[in-house]
Amino acid sequence: MNWEIYADPLFRLPFAAGLLIAGVLPVLGALLMLREEWLAALGLAHLAAAGALLGLAVGAPAMLGASLGALGGGAVKSLGGARGNTAYGFMILIGWSALLLAAANTSAGDALGQAVMDGQIYFAGWTELAAAVLLTGLAVTALPRLMPRLLRARFFPRHDTANRLPAWRWHLGFDLLAAFGVAVGTATLGLLGAFALVLVPAWAAFRIAPGWAWTLWLAGLMGVAAYLAAFVLALGLDQPFGPALTAVCLALGGLIGALSRPAQGRRGA
Amino acid sequence: MSGNPAAAPLLRLEQVVAGYAAPVVGPISCSIQAGDVLGLWGTNGSGKSTLLNAIANAARIFSGRIERAPNLTLFYQEQRPVRLPAMPLTGRDLLRCAAVPTHRPPPGPLSQHLDRRLDRLSGGQYQLLCVWAALAGSAELVLLDEPTNNLDPEHERLLALLLAQPPAYRDDRRAVLLVSHERAFLESVCSRVLELAPDA
Repeated sequence: MNWEIYADPLFRLPFAAGLLIAGVLPVLGALLMLREEWLAALGLAHLAAAGALLGLAVGAPAMLGASLGALGGGAVKSLGGARGNTAYGFMILIGWSALLLAAANTSAGDALGQAVMDGQIYFAGWTELAAAVLLTGLAVTALPRLMPRLLRARFFPRHDTANRLPAWRWHLGFDLLAAFGVAVGTATLGLLGAFALVLVPAWAAFRIAPGWAWTLWLAGLMGVAAYLAAFVLALGLDQPFGPALTAVCLALGGLIGALSRPAQGRRGA
Repeated sequence: MSGNPAAAPLLRLEQVVAGYAAPVVGPISCSIQAGDVLGLWGTNGSGKSTLLNAIANAARIFSGRIERAPNLTLFYQEQRPVRLPAMPLTGRDLLRCAAVPTHRPPPGPLSQHLDRRLDRLSGGQYQLLCVWAALAGSAELVLLDEPTNNLDPEHERLLALLLAQPPAYRDDRRAVLLVSHERAFLESVCSRVLELAPDA
């Protein structure tokens, strides 16, 4: 392993951008999992990837295209009241089809499409870091306000309707935040790397956390730990980053899954 | 509704006919005052839950009208509490979701479950915790749909104890509208019981 490479200034911006994203995406993933919408993240990631390539085809930055693609999907999902696997399945198919068609029909699209699939974080620059800082700022600002309302809507779903409250505002707010998070994650870490950060740490935290605050902290910390391990391994062993991150997430999730039992098996009488 | 706000009903139903694609229940007229624990009894299919849904804006009103006191706050606990395969929230987290004041732990053995994950509670324990979340908050009108479902006699006694607790704050106005097909339970805990005939 080449240890000197970690001191290379070239990798500082990608490292910082990825670190912020790795702390935020698992927290969004925990809320998506509580809403039983984790598959939406894969749909949004495909739309973000397609948006990035379509944006490049018309001369827009990849981050802008990715954000518009995912935000469009998130807004349509929220305002159209789309819920459940069918809607997310269509998002995946639309995104995948648009991604590969854009890759096949644009100059350098094939290589960029492959980069999005592989998750080459080392190409991340100031734009990605700025987007990651914006995402973190939005999450830190919005989640404390959205979280109580989202939890209440999840466990007491009639409450908002019964009290004539504009629930669509906080559902749309969270959907757009999740879409932006997935877009920034996809453009920086790659499609499946971002999805792994949404899904696996939240899944593992759901198995072992003793309460909701613990769930959020554990998910975020596991995301950061998996990211750090993947960064070291991918850079040191010259491996593509996205698959390395996904593999580390899976190993972490598998370990926690093996050491814990599902909660349903421990219910009281 | 006008006049003395303390004496005015929290909710008044006038000849309400409600349903979904077609009318299911009604015409019904009644009013609920602060302090009431009103039981709504009827056989399966008599439209009890539909009437609660109509009060909670979740069913269509075909005729008649429902008048609410100004700024009335409702808490609607459905027949089946939301139960997910994995719920990494504690009982305390659930009460926080429902804005229950921290100085109001539930009475009796329910307080022992506050620090346990919801998915480690039995169905009855979880259901009672949801009922307490409804009763212990600041809602003025609490709608409870079949809260005795799946409860053994011991948990039914605990439910009666929860219903007997005063509102969160001394000055709070609170009424409960409780739907059940268990007539004896309603007679024992409610201040009034209304009967819904199947063709009402």
